[in-house]
Amino acid sequence: MTGAGMTGTLVVGASQAGVQLAVSLRDCGDTDPITLIGDEPHVPYQRPPLSKAYLHGTTDLEQMMLRAPDYLVDRDITLITGDRVDRIARTAHGTGGEAVTASGLRLPFDRLALTVGARPRRLRVPGADLAGVRYLRTADDASMLRDLQAGASAIVVVGGGFIGLEAAAVARAQGKSVTVVEAGDRLIGRAVAPVMSEFYLAAHRRRGVDVRLGAQVVAMEARDSRVAAVVLSDGTRIAADLVIVGIGVEPCTELAEQLGLDVSGGIVVDEMARTSLAGVVAAGDCTVQPHPLGGEGLVRLESVQNAVSQAKVAAATLAGRDQPNVAVPWFWSDQYDLKLQIAGLSQGYDHWVVRGDVAAEAFSVLYYRGGELLAVDAVNAGADYMAVRKALTQGGTISPGAAGDGATPLRERIVPTAIGA
Amino acid sequence: MPKVVFITLGGAERIVDAHLGESVMSAAVRHGIPGIIGECGGNCSCATCHVYVADESIDEVGPVGDMEDDLLDLGVADRRESSRLACQIAMSDALDGLVVQVPQEQG
Repeated sequence: MTGAGMTGTLVVGASQAGVQLAVSLRDCGDTDPITLIGDEPHVPYQRPPLSKAYLHGTTDLEQMMLRAPDYLVDRDITLITGDRVDRIARTAHGTGGEAVTASGLRLPFDRLALTVGARPRRLRVPGADLAGVRYLRTADDASMLRDLQAGASAIVVVGGGFIGLEAAAVARAQGKSVTVVEAGDRLIGRAVAPVMSEFYLAAHRRRGVDVRLGAQVVAMEARDSRVAAVVLSDGTRIAADLVIVGIGVEPCTELAEQLGLDVSGGIVVDEMARTSLAGVVAAGDCTVQPHPLGGEGLVRLESVQNAVSQAKVAAATLAGRDQPNVAVPWFWSDQYDLKLQIAGLSQGYDHWVVRGDVAAEAFSVLYYRGGELLAVDAVNAGADYMAVRKALTQGGTISPGAAGDGATPLRERIVPTAIGA
Repeated sequence: MPKVVFITLGGAERIVDAHLGESVMSAAVRHGIPGIIGECGGNCSCATCHVYVADESIDEVGPVGDMEDDLLDLGVADRRESSRLACQIAMSDALDGLVVQVPQEQG
């Protein structure tokens, strides 16, 4: 019989959450073996630049590494890259189990962390598998896209969310003809309020992007077995020699399902990053969790911030410490010279206040529900972003009236939330 | 490769190699310098890579940017004249040997 601690912790998924979890577990004083396995052939790297500087060719993977390989070795964290866990099962007795990889490697574990991330949602229309129709999630995706983009002249982006719009911005900056096709009636509809959607619509159009809203892609047409056009439901054909599809992601839940964990639009975890099975934690894009700021329902947060915060919580849980995930969510998106910074979660808002100069592309939107400050979206307005983030972190608020007073910096208007308010 | 000298929390010196053009934050994170987190990956969004630049290098690293200034104001515990966000300092041969001190707390 293997003694407790002999086989240690297995972390499946070696991206932002997985690396953080492994490192934080060591920081918590855990001395058992830690194995971190990822299916990509690269040393763990930061994903956000893939749709920004990396796609543009102004940074390389070396500069995007999350941790130097030596650092993980020094921490006695075993990193396995380029191999995928296909099967996972618990032992009949006790809390441990074993994972088996695509290459046949057997990885026994006492405790398990799932940081398996998400994969791009696939477009299911005729022609969607043609050459020249690409997705963007991994470094290899981005490298391929970067090469294809260099030779492309007419690019169609399917999906008007953050990834699609960032890719569109890069392509425009390279002088390509760019069309964004969005099925919904506004851009970034899942993440921001209509006022922000309208701003981004105008901003992209000002910079020469042809944005089509309410546009349903029904097929891709080929010429010489490569994509040549995107066909919309109203019969419109948009010529394209490269199509970038960014229509959201689906959390990777197969391993969780093999283990019989609760899955509902993601691996269900509590505020301690615990799954429904003792000894198994999960963190990052693959999870759904209780709203970190006390709002209703389960939320899935696709962000670096959440991957890092939740991974720290998961590590603490494995180390036997209770450290709930109550970090204020934050997020950013870079498009052209527009830096969007978001703090808090605006879902459920009933009121918003616009502050600053929308036409000058430097403004923010503060969101409220029942007078309670929920979140800010700030475009080229770092001070507003930081002030709201600070207020939310401290449990404070900024009144709607104060938010609308552009003459006074927000940081001077932070007040403690009244008890019972 | 230009070197960066980090004075860490306990006062120990750690010397690391940075790539040309790489930020001081990125070099610190890759080499696991304690106290520099760099949560946002260098996008001037999180203020978890606060450092104090040594007096002799202040002029070399250049002025604080607008966004950086805002983050430093609100996001760091003990701002001083020498405060910078390490993600906003790009390493060059001219900065070889840059000395920065890691503050007590971050973010």
